[in-house]
Amino acid sequence: MNADLGVYGTYIAIAAMAAATYPMRVGGYWLMAHVPLTPRVRRILEALPGAVIVATVLPILAREGAPAAIGIAAALISTLIRRNDFVALIAGVAAAAVARYAGLG
Amino acid sequence: MNPQSSEKPYWSRDGLLLGARLALPVAPGFIAFGLAVGATAASKGFSFAAMFLMNLFVYAGASQMVAMEIWPAKMTLAGVVSLALIAATVNARMLLMGASLRTWLGPLPWWQTYPIQHLVTDPGWLIAMRYRAEGGNDFAMFFANCVALCLIWMSATTAGYLLGSLVTNPRAIGLDLVMPIFFAVMLIPLWRAGGGKRRAIGWLVAGGVAFAVQYLVGGWWFIMAGAVAGALAEGFADEC
Repeated sequence: MNADLGVYGTYIAIAAMAAATYPMRVGGYWLMAHVPLTPRVRRILEALPGAVIVATVLPILAREGAPAAIGIAAALISTLIRRNDFVALIAGVAAAAVARYAGLG
Repeated sequence: MNPQSSEKPYWSRDGLLLGARLALPVAPGFIAFGLAVGATAASKGFSFAAMFLMNLFVYAGASQMVAMEIWPAKMTLAGVVSLALIAATVNARMLLMGASLRTWLGPLPWWQTYPIQHLVTDPGWLIAMRYRAEGGNDFAMFFANCVALCLIWMSATTAGYLLGSLVTNPRAIGLDLVMPIFFAVMLIPLWRAGGGKRRAIGWLVAGGVAFAVQYLVGGWWFIMAGAVAGALAEGFADEC
């Protein structure tokens, strides 16, 4: 399991990710022809995107400290004022950069 | 589900144009996300070929963002397995999208629907569902819409990668934080769509478990553990 896969390692990993993703795209479609999804399974799958984001972002936030917190806060405030993903992204990255430049974190 | 669900979808040339046109309203958000994914790939040191192939064959930005964050410097079989598990976990939400597409596309033969479903995305699925709810039944719209969104994605990620490559020190201008910043912003529509006590419980569990696993286990398993725990908690929380 721990042998270095060398120069093709990146491509092997990309192929594995692709092989894991396509069944998710067609799996529900295929399954519906055989058994309907229960409301419980539906709710769990609906809950997944938010749970993925919280579980990914919170520990990174804790690790990266003030610049990450300031960047995320700026992007959230920008989105609450007016929903524009470009503006939010630029505001967030810029705020984080300024925070680092100011010596925070 | 739908009163017209047994009616077989048809193909028309006008549908191709409509599909491309319906992609335009979501293009700005899709481009912003694509730029972020491309720039992240550049800041993490991916080659252009690897970035391009990942976008074409995985074609699921959120899972790519997480994967690039945990990408090991030396790829081992264990690394390949954990990246595949991350992709499966982050993309499991697509099972629902496919299940609801069945109610529309079910009457079509498999060779028409299975290949194009590789290009199903969150915005593309929303467009298809809205179109169908309004009475549309042109499969060419769906096909062209998926292809148009993919072309937009490949252009945006390429542009993001090229822009990101110009930056010699991504950390200095905050580019290494693109992923957490973009992800955090996505929480707002997710809260607006389904916010409430159950969702709050799910997010608290996701965050708590992720923290605990990061502290106790280390590595990157906290993402998987937190995501699965949070989704189960929200799914099993009693109706509030």
